[in-house]
Amino acid sequence: MLQVILKRIAIAIPVILVVASITFFLVRMAPGGPFDAEKVVPPQVMKNLNAVYNLDAPLLVQYKDYMFNLVQGDFGPSFRYPGRSVTEMIFTGLPVTLELALYAILIAMVIGGVAGVLAAVKRNTALDYIPMTIAMIGICMPTFLLGPLLVLFFGIHLELLPVSGWGSLSGDKILPSITLGAAYAAYIARLSRGGMLETLGQDYIRTARAKGLPEYQVILRHALQGGLVPVVSFLGPAIAGLIGGSFVVETIFQIPGLGRFYVEAAFNRDYTMILGTTIFFSALIIFFNLLSDIAVLLMNPRARSEA
Amino acid sequence: MKREPTKLIMGRCLEKAACKQSCCWRGVILCILITLAILAPWIAPHSYSYQNLDLGAQPPSSTFFLGTDTLGRDLFSRILYGARVSLMVGFVATGVALVIGVSWGIIAGYFGGRVDSIMMRIVDVLYGLPFIIFIILLMVIFGRNIWLLFGAIGAVEWLTMARIVRGQVLTIKNQEYVLAAQAMGVSNFQMFRKHIFPNILGPIAVYATLTIPQVMLLEAFLSFLGLGIQPPMSSWGTLIRYGVESMEEYSWLLIYPGLTFTITLFALNFFGDGLRDALDPKISSD
Repeated sequence: MLQVILKRIAIAIPVILVVASITFFLVRMAPGGPFDAEKVVPPQVMKNLNAVYNLDAPLLVQYKDYMFNLVQGDFGPSFRYPGRSVTEMIFTGLPVTLELALYAILIAMVIGGVAGVLAAVKRNTALDYIPMTIAMIGICMPTFLLGPLLVLFFGIHLELLPVSGWGSLSGDKILPSITLGAAYAAYIARLSRGGMLETLGQDYIRTARAKGLPEYQVILRHALQGGLVPVVSFLGPAIAGLIGGSFVVETIFQIPGLGRFYVEAAFNRDYTMILGTTIFFSALIIFFNLLSDIAVLLMNPRARSEA
Repeated sequence: MKREPTKLIMGRCLEKAACKQSCCWRGVILCILITLAILAPWIAPHSYSYQNLDLGAQPPSSTFFLGTDTLGRDLFSRILYGARVSLMVGFVATGVALVIGVSWGIIAGYFGGRVDSIMMRIVDVLYGLPFIIFIILLMVIFGRNIWLLFGAIGAVEWLTMARIVRGQVLTIKNQEYVLAAQAMGVSNFQMFRKHIFPNILGPIAVYATLTIPQVMLLEAFLSFLGLGIQPPMSSWGTLIRYGVESMEEYSWLLIYPGLTFTITLFALNFFGDGLRDALDPKISSD
């Protein structure tokens, strides 16, 4: 068991380094320097700028320096916002994005999980069909459409909730969290329904029923653990999706999180910021994939006993 | 006789799919959409790029079915032309994903052993990477080129295809007819073309149908952020983006493109699900 986990970690670290290297060279391949902005600067100024940002060194030396700093958690200075480092910007935006992602995933797990388990237990009744149809619509309704529609309805039409911001007006966290969580609630509902249906057909469930356990105990104590495995293994990849979703949600609701910084950096061609956030997001995603793999291992008694 | 396997399988698929009424009407919606998209230049009532500021942001009326946008362009015509771009992205990028995924999966599954384990390990590692971020990176670095967008999206979506194809090939390659063909000394290429490929066509068709909506979603996501299709061309993603900008005053600019997009994705997903149920109950829903 421990060996499996260590092996996975041993794979993850070189992968992050390779991703960082590829990203570095990709960004350096970009046509035009970071300072070819609107106005032409005198050659001497250009030279000094390049010297300050270490852009006059040979590419391999730059690469070596960058990787060396990276390992120590230094992503270098931002090209667009002089005086601010990328690391600093990442850590300003990160708590906001994490909070948003946390609310979204909580909403998704509670609503999706309950709906899915109920649908599996009450198979082929209205409790199955109605939530599953809503889930299908939820999957087909992209975040960037759902968000504005919610704003239009609850914010502008009913004037119930604030339409933008984060933590400045009461209730302004509700709409973004629902927007980001909705699609995951839909996925989780489908996954947990499928997982539960499969588990409920297993022999050990029949045994539990034969023992005379009440149905709610059969479900809560025996079926849930097996039935929710697909949900847990989905959570890792879901983090990647949540980060993508946070780009959209933070842009729609004007939330000062990492996702919006990234999209802004992409528009401003702030290369160090793009480079830094890309590497950071990749590491984050790889890390969460690892976590969910380990959780799946822990939830599966067969894998546990093999170790 | 030569073409029989392919024909037989496709025939059986269609027959089974047609039995499922629900699958059928979704197919009809799709066909109508595709026809509308192809015929857009002939049936669009107005030009998609002609701006007339006097007619800016008119609500739906008899001349302008779905109203006009803030620059006075007919929304219905723009949705029709947007369908061309969105569906084209869907099909082209899925095609790219198909070519890479199917060849990767066949090679890994058929040769097995070390080749297989190396190739599938690569797929595993790639699965864990944040491709959305890479696509954005590519669009930023190399400019917002539509063909690059197709290629990049396709290059991302092939992973699951490779896994499914490999799984299918693994079961097929131990069947008697494959062993017989091997014994007769059929070359690898002929083997793929005549014996393996026709037999995995069903799952490939199913998965390709399910990939199209994912790809369209990805394109719309990028266009929404302003990193995808650039004006004056418009995909449904860009239309939704403009709709959001002016939704407070002119809500129809958001609602109609959004509705079209959602219905299309819904139809595609359900069509794919129906096809899967009809063809192969064994492929899991994910």
